[in-house]
Order: sequence, then structure tokens, then C-alpha cells
Amino acid sequence: MKIAQRLDNKSLAERSKVIRRHIIRMLARAGSGHPGSSLSTVELLVALYYNKLRHNPQLPAWPDRDRFILSKGHACPALYAILAELDYFPLEKLDTLRQFGSILQGHPCMKTTPGIEISGGSLGQGLSVGLGIALAAKLDKKNYRTYVMLGDGEIEEGQIWEAAMAASHYKADSLCAILDQNGLQIDGFIHEIMSSHPIPDKWRGFGWHVMEIDGHDFKAILNAYDEAEKVKGRPTIIVAKTVKGKGVSFMENQVDWHGKAPSKEEAERALAELK
Amino acid sequence: MAEMIATRQAYGEALLELGEKNKNIVVLDADLSKSTTTAKFGKKYPDRFFNMGVAEANMVNTAAGLATCGKIPFVSSFSIFATGRTWEQVRNTICYSGLNVKIVATHSGVSVGPDGASHQCIEDISLMRTIPNMTVIEPCDAVETKKSILAAVDYKGPIYIRLGRAAVPVITNKAAPYTIGKADILRMGEDVAIVACGALVANSLMAADTLLKEGIKATVVNMHTIKPLDQETLVKVAMQVNAMVTAEQHVLDGGLGSAVATSLARVYPIPIEMIGIDNRFGQSGEPDTLFKEYHLMPEDIALAAKKAITRKKK
Repeated sequence: MKIAQRLDNKSLAERSKVIRRHIIRMLARAGSGHPGSSLSTVELLVALYYNKLRHNPQLPAWPDRDRFILSKGHACPALYAILAELDYFPLEKLDTLRQFGSILQGHPCMKTTPGIEISGGSLGQGLSVGLGIALAAKLDKKNYRTYVMLGDGEIEEGQIWEAAMAASHYKADSLCAILDQNGLQIDGFIHEIMSSHPIPDKWRGFGWHVMEIDGHDFKAILNAYDEAEKVKGRPTIIVAKTVKGKGVSFMENQVDWHGKAPSKEEAERALAELK
Repeated sequence: MAEMIATRQAYGEALLELGEKNKNIVVLDADLSKSTTTAKFGKKYPDRFFNMGVAEANMVNTAAGLATCGKIPFVSSFSIFATGRTWEQVRNTICYSGLNVKIVATHSGVSVGPDGASHQCIEDISLMRTIPNMTVIEPCDAVETKKSILAAVDYKGPIYIRLGRAAVPVITNKAAPYTIGKADILRMGEDVAIVACGALVANSLMAADTLLKEGIKATVVNMHTIKPLDQETLVKVAMQVNAMVTAEQHVLDGGLGSAVATSLARVYPIPIEMIGIDNRFGQSGEPDTLFKEYHLMPEDIALAAKKAITRKKK
């Protein structure tokens, strides 16, 4: 079965720019959505989908595929853009985001969108689903891996820590969480709303293998994905420091761009920066 | 005298049997496996049993993940935790995705007894039946419980099965057919119909006996599947008797009575009296005492039947 194609870091950077352009266009057209949270995930997702995941866009239900769950489901424009670029569905569908009858719902829906592993959008639930998949892999003696992307606002949900405890208890070493640590949540900076620091120590305390990286640096990201694969007997979390709104100067690190679509004029400015 | 067996006991035994036949069955519990009786499965099939600790939300979504990989997860806890604590996980991850997860919860209703109101879930039918894609079942005895568990495996999609702690009389037989969504008419009579689920089915049969002594002939319907409701049978019975009583160990809001009334109101409205818990919490006490206190006894059902009959249009 198909293994992800390997792109060099320059190509990955070009891909990332394409994905960011899609995100801006999609959200401007939809008139709502989450640009900041989508833009911070781009390098982490591009590296995963283009260089790491074993998957087959022509056969989304291939039983031996690696799984990816976007637990911070509001960042789905980034994932939709990647899935479309990889031919899970036609690129034109991106223009229908959030519209009535679209395969691209406002938050991920496994029933309508090829390549979506689980419906989501309600924060805190994806890590548990990932654990279930990891347990199934163990039962079936399969070697596929499960990746779950979390937000740093999301980990305020208690269920995340239930899952963290259970994944460690069940030695779910095929489970790799990716924390998109962009430092912001809807109401403001994380440290102002609900201080969750020190994050890496908390995960270590729960028995996880923890890596801390720059979430926009392809070399660091790919090294982390490779290292996670070698860890045995416990799950891994990659704490990836990112910039919310990354790539669009006026959106970067701005809380107001969590859940607001760009106007036509703002979109043009953003696209000009992403040339 | 009928044999007395708790429906939760039948569940544990059904799982043991299924575990042998179907290797895709996995069982998850949240530190209540001795009480829910899933521990028996855990002992025999340790690889396919996951004790998730006191963390029900995670348990429900772990089951969802297992289901996406072709497993058939049975998720168990007390009904207050399996449906109340986890309602949003059940809604957003299991039912929205239409996943093949079976939530089988024990300790529903006031018949939980001494543990008191905190552990007596009387809202779960309502909580589960409002979610699109969900099927809701409450078996009336141990024999029917086993049939419902077997049928749940063959049914593809999410199911909630509501079981009890206390022993209840065995009133159905092994040979009788069982289909999810198909009501079981236990007795025919032309004056009034009693439509019940769970432990209240046995009490309804006793009520029908009492009524017969007074010359009133009652139909008794075991409505084991509350969703999807067997509207066809319901309307047919309603047309024959023109007066009805519903009976359940659940709050009146959103339970069986509510489902029946909603259904008939649109097709064939008739007088309906409802036996159930009226806007109150439970409390500590023995099940029999609590059934008296909350008016769930055969005499309460018989009285309601007579009242429904007096409301018939002349």
C-alpha cells in the first residue's frame, strides 16, 4: 500500500504556503470559521500528511492506514485543504466550506468528508478516540499508528487527562499526540484564562514521552515524528510551540483572529503576504 | 411464583456467551464491573476487557475509537454515569458518527434502593431518546435481557440498553421471538391497554389480573424498545381499546409515556394516564418501599387504568 511521498523541506514549505492560501480563501468565502487556529497547525499537518502518514487517498478506509484525528476540530480548514490537495476529494469542494449541503461541515464530520476518521468539534474528545484506535491496533496485532492533534486551550478539558492517564496505563505506544501550543484561546492568552503551565511536566507526570519542538520547523517536526515511532511502552506527546495566525502578519498572535473570517479586503492582503 | 433474576445478571452471562462466538466484542467498564457484572467477561477474556477506571467520558470515546476499527464495544457503568456524565460524548462522538457502540447501563430507576437519589437514574430514557440515531431499549426481565444483548450485536449502530440492580420476576419465555423495535403484546383485552417497559411490565400484568377480577379486560404491551417506538402496534392497540396507561420507572418528562403520547397525539389521540415519577428525585429505601412511595405498584396502575376508562368518549 501507498506510503507517504517524501518531500524535501523546501517543497514542504511551498506546500504550506499553498495550504495557507486555501485556508484564507475558504474562510473569506464561507464568511465564518477559525483562521488563527487553522494557520498555526499548517507545518505540523503538512509534514505529517506528506512525509509521515501511511495512507491512501484512493482508499480512505484502508484498514492498515495510520490514523489522524483533529481533536481541535475547529482547525479543520487546514485539514480539508490538505485532504483536497492529496485528492481525497476535488479541490473545488473547498469553495463550499460551511455551506448548506457541503461535504465540508463547519467542524469535521466523518459521514460527509473522505479522510476524516471521526466526527469532532467538541473539544476534549479526540485523544480518547485515538486511545481506542490504539487499543484496537494492539488487539489486531497491526502496526498502524494513531496521531491526535490537540489545542493548548483544549487540554483544559478534564477528559484529556482521563485519556492521558488511560493511554499511559495501557502502554499505548502507537499513540502520538501533537499539541499545537499557540498560546491563545477564544477569550485571550492561555496564561490569563486558565494557566495550564508547565505543560510538558504535566504530561511527563502522566507517564508520557514528551518532546518539545518549534512547530513551524520541518526538520524538528519530522525528527519528532520519527522519534515518537521508536518509543516503546508509553505514548508520546509532541509539544509544538506555534504562532496563532502564522503566516499572515496582521493575524499572528492576535486573539481576535481565533474565530473570525477575513473580509474580502483582508483576505487579499493576507494572500499577498502568502505569495 | 416466577423466578427472580436481576437483568444485570443476565447481561453478564450473555456477554460470556457472546465473547466465545464473536471475537470482535470488547467490553469497557468504569470501575463498577462487579456490579454491572461485566467482570465475568473480563475474567474469561482479559485481552478484550478494558477497565477504564472512574473516568466515564474517556471510556465512552475510547469505545468510539475501537468501533471505528470494527470492534463491537459494550460500554457499561451505572446508568446515571453512562448517560448523564457522558451525554455529550455519546451525542457528539458516538451518535453523530453513527458508531456501533452498545451502552449497557445497570442501576437504573429507584429500584437501585439504599444508594439513594444520586445513584437512581430516572432520566436516562429521556436523555438517550432525544439523540438522533440512538436506539433505546429497556428489557422487562432476565430472559428478554439476554435476547436484547444478542440482538444488539446483530444491529449495526448505537444502542442504549437500560438494566436494573434488583431482581425482577421472569415473565417472558426463551422461545418467544424478539425484534428490536417490535412491541410484544402479552395479553389482550378490549377495555384498556397498559403499555410498559422494564420492571413495570410485571406490575402491569399484576394490575391486569386485579382489573379482571372487577370485570375489566386489559391489554398489556411490553414496549421494550422505546426508540424507535413501534407506532404500528401502538395505534392498532389504541384503536381497539380507546384508553391507555403507560408505566415506567422513570420521570414522566421524556420517558416512555411521553414517547407514546407524542406518537398517538399525531395519529389517534385517546385518553392516556401515566405511571412514572412526577418531577421528584428518588431516595434511600428498599425497592418495594420506593415503588409504593412513587406510585409504581400494580394497584397504582389498576387505578390509572380505571381513570383512563372513565375519560373515554361516550
